[in-house]
Amino acid sequence: MPPLTRWYIKSALVYLTAALLLAVILALPINLPLFIRYMNPAYFHLFLVGWVTQMIFGVIYWMFPIITRAQPRGNEQLGWASYALLNVGLLLRAIGEPLVSTRPEAGLGWLLAVSALLQWLAAVLFVVLAWPRVKEKYRGE
Amino acid sequence: MPRLSQWIIRAAFIYLLLGFTFGALLLTHKGMPLHPALWGWLPAHIEFLLMGWIVQLTMGVAFWILPRYWKHPRGTDEIYAQIAFVFLNLGIWLVVAGTTFRAGIWVLLAGRVVEVGAVVFFALHAWKRIVSREGA
Repeated sequence: MPPLTRWYIKSALVYLTAALLLAVILALPINLPLFIRYMNPAYFHLFLVGWVTQMIFGVIYWMFPIITRAQPRGNEQLGWASYALLNVGLLLRAIGEPLVSTRPEAGLGWLLAVSALLQWLAAVLFVVLAWPRVKEKYRGE
Repeated sequence: MPRLSQWIIRAAFIYLLLGFTFGALLLTHKGMPLHPALWGWLPAHIEFLLMGWIVQLTMGVAFWILPRYWKHPRGTDEIYAQIAFVFLNLGIWLVVAGTTFRAGIWVLLAGRVVEVGAVVFFALHAWKRIVSREGA
């Protein structure tokens, strides 16, 4: 299993744990602070982007047919860039969204725009990386 | 990877990009308002990512890796998987038409029914390929 896949899958497991813990907190029958209550969309995205999509990315990078023996999984740097952008973007969202909702006067809306751009770039880079590997099994040059 | 899997997985990648693009616009709009009509794209964002990306990718990978031969040929009935691919994508766009484009409740309902059909056809295809080591 390549190092990038290990990072993807271990991060995915951390996000799954975090998402489910957040779900527990959101279900508590107490008066939660506003910041926490506004984390409902973050819960969905920690689950679906942090866990599901990141797990898929890790497995695709590992198991899809290789391109060549020399560079089996394409440009690895692209994969690391996608990993970093996805995770920074997602964490920025998890913090930025409740911040913007609870303090709309603080002018922090740009945090969400940056988060959106980072996650979008992560998806684009991953598709660029994985697209050439959607093919027949490699049978040598 | 068989040709049909390639089609299904490439389609899933396209939906990933569409879903993330709408998601990015919606998230940006939350922080820095762009246009109020953007919220109408929320159902498309959800549909593209749940059905177009996650469900479709799962089907594409399943079609690729489930055993085609174990002890004896598993009668793969590829036509069922092809129908599932067409139905799933038709269903996605009908649902998007029925929600985001406000084409009406019947279009939305038709989309959901076609999506169920896609899953049934895929299950019909995959059933015989789900086998134990003993071939049961």
